[in-house]
Parts: sequence; C-alpha cells; structure tokens
Amino acid sequence: MPLILSAFASGLLFGLGLIVSQMVNPAKVLGFLDIFGQWDPSLALVMGAAVAVSALGYFVARRRGVPVLAPRLEIPTRRDLDPRLIGGAALFGIGWGLVGFCPGPALVGLTFGPWQVFVFVAAMIVGMALFRLAPADWPRVSVRREAAQVDG
Amino acid sequence: MENFTPVSALFGGLMIGASAALLLVLNGRVAGISGILGGLIPPERGKVGWRLAFLAGMLVAAPIYVIAGGTLPPVRLGASLPLLIVAGLIVGFGTRLGAGCTSGHGVCGIGRGSPRSIVATLVFMATAVATVFFSRHVIGM
Repeated sequence: MPLILSAFASGLLFGLGLIVSQMVNPAKVLGFLDIFGQWDPSLALVMGAAVAVSALGYFVARRRGVPVLAPRLEIPTRRDLDPRLIGGAALFGIGWGLVGFCPGPALVGLTFGPWQVFVFVAAMIVGMALFRLAPADWPRVSVRREAAQVDG
Repeated sequence: MENFTPVSALFGGLMIGASAALLLVLNGRVAGISGILGGLIPPERGKVGWRLAFLAGMLVAAPIYVIAGGTLPPVRLGASLPLLIVAGLIVGFGTRLGAGCTSGHGVCGIGRGSPRSIVATLVFMATAVATVFFSRHVIGM
C-alpha cells in the first residue's frame, strides 16, 4: 500500500508540474520547437530544472542502494545504441512536432482539455498496442536484410 | 521571446524533477510516462498497481489544482482530426520502440547520465524541430 500511495503522490506532482509549467499546452510546446519562428525557450528551462532535481534523486537513490519502499532499484542498465532506440526516438519526435503533445501532457490534458485530447490519447494507446504486435527484433532484421542486399 | 515564462517554467520543472526523484528514491522506479502507460498494454502481472496509481495521480492533478485555487492554462490544439490520429499513433508506437519519451529519456535518463537517453533526447528534439520547421515554414500548415 505505501508503494501505491507514493506512486500516486509522484504522479500527482508530475501532473501539477506539467500544469504549472504550462507544458500541458501543445501551443506552448510548439512555440519551443519552432526555433525559427517566435521562439519560446520555456521548455528548455522546465527540462533543465527537472533534470537537475531528477539527477539529485538518482544520486540519493544510488547512495542508499535500495529504495525506501521497494526491494531494489529498477533502472535501465543498457548503454549501447541500437536502431530501435534511434528509430523510435526519431518517430516520436515527428509525432510530437506534428501536434505538440507527448504522453505526459496528453494524459493530464484529458481532464480539462478539448475533446480532441481524447482522440490523441486513444490513437497513442493504439500505437502502443501496435508496438506489441511488432517482432521483438524489429527493425534489426530489416537492417540486416538491406545490408545483405547491398553486399550481395 | 515575448511568450517566455521563466518563473512558471522553473517551478513546474522543479516539481516534475521532484516527482521523478520521489518515485526513484521511494519506489525504485523510473518516472517515464510512456513506459508506465505502455507497461499496462497488456498489463504485466504484479506491476499494475503502482502504474495505475501514478496515472491516477496525473489525472487528478488538474481538478486538485483548481480546488487549490489555481487557474489552469489553456490546452490549445491546432491540429486537424486526421493529423491528431496520425500523431497519436506515431507517438505511441515511437515511444515504445525507442523505450522512452520526454520524461523517461529526457528527465530521468539524462538525470542518470545515460548515453542512450542523451542520444534519444537529441534525436527526438531534432526530428520534432525539423517537423515543426517543415509544417510551419515550408508548407505553412
């Protein structure tokens, strides 16, 4: 139960942070991404502040070794770069740039935004479900095939 | 730069960072929204409760903010319906394929100094900036 409460509190704080920083507003996010237009640097400041505190949290968590409420830290350990990481990030950026929504703000915006937010979130969930249908080694297979074609 | 809101950006950013720090120090978990949501599709046995609790916290954020006397910012979406659907699909699929979004890679991953997250963040920032440049200044959407 404490784990559930702390997760709830963390989610609440995350949501409040997105509201206070106005990052729930796609127009504000697009203003940041539009560096060749009327640039709004706010998102950089949000990210900078968030990264600083999150780094502090990581420092504390590593020093403690184990979390306060859970048996162990569950932190990604991979350090290699692969086509899935790069391709996925590239795709995500395109979707983000098209509308100005990334997953967090879209979820927070569900409760007070226009109905179009529901459309975006529904499509996003379908996109996540479609990913489950993709082969586990995709797109590595296609990359190898292309290489073989070029070589052969 | 007349749209720049440095004070609210700083405070909001500190709150988001504090949320990520709290979840890591207390629960030992990364506050990546796409991972938390994606981990429920389909639900992984034994890992459903905290994910649902985190998402519930996010969903009550706006009502609580209003009850506390706050004024909600606008949510302005200029995109057409087909564009919203395409973008949603791409964001959902892309964040799962790339194992993270603005929160998981951007806030948490960079905070850990993870090379994967630093590269992922540079890549999605670059394609997002390019997409906005193309849509706003090339085809004038």
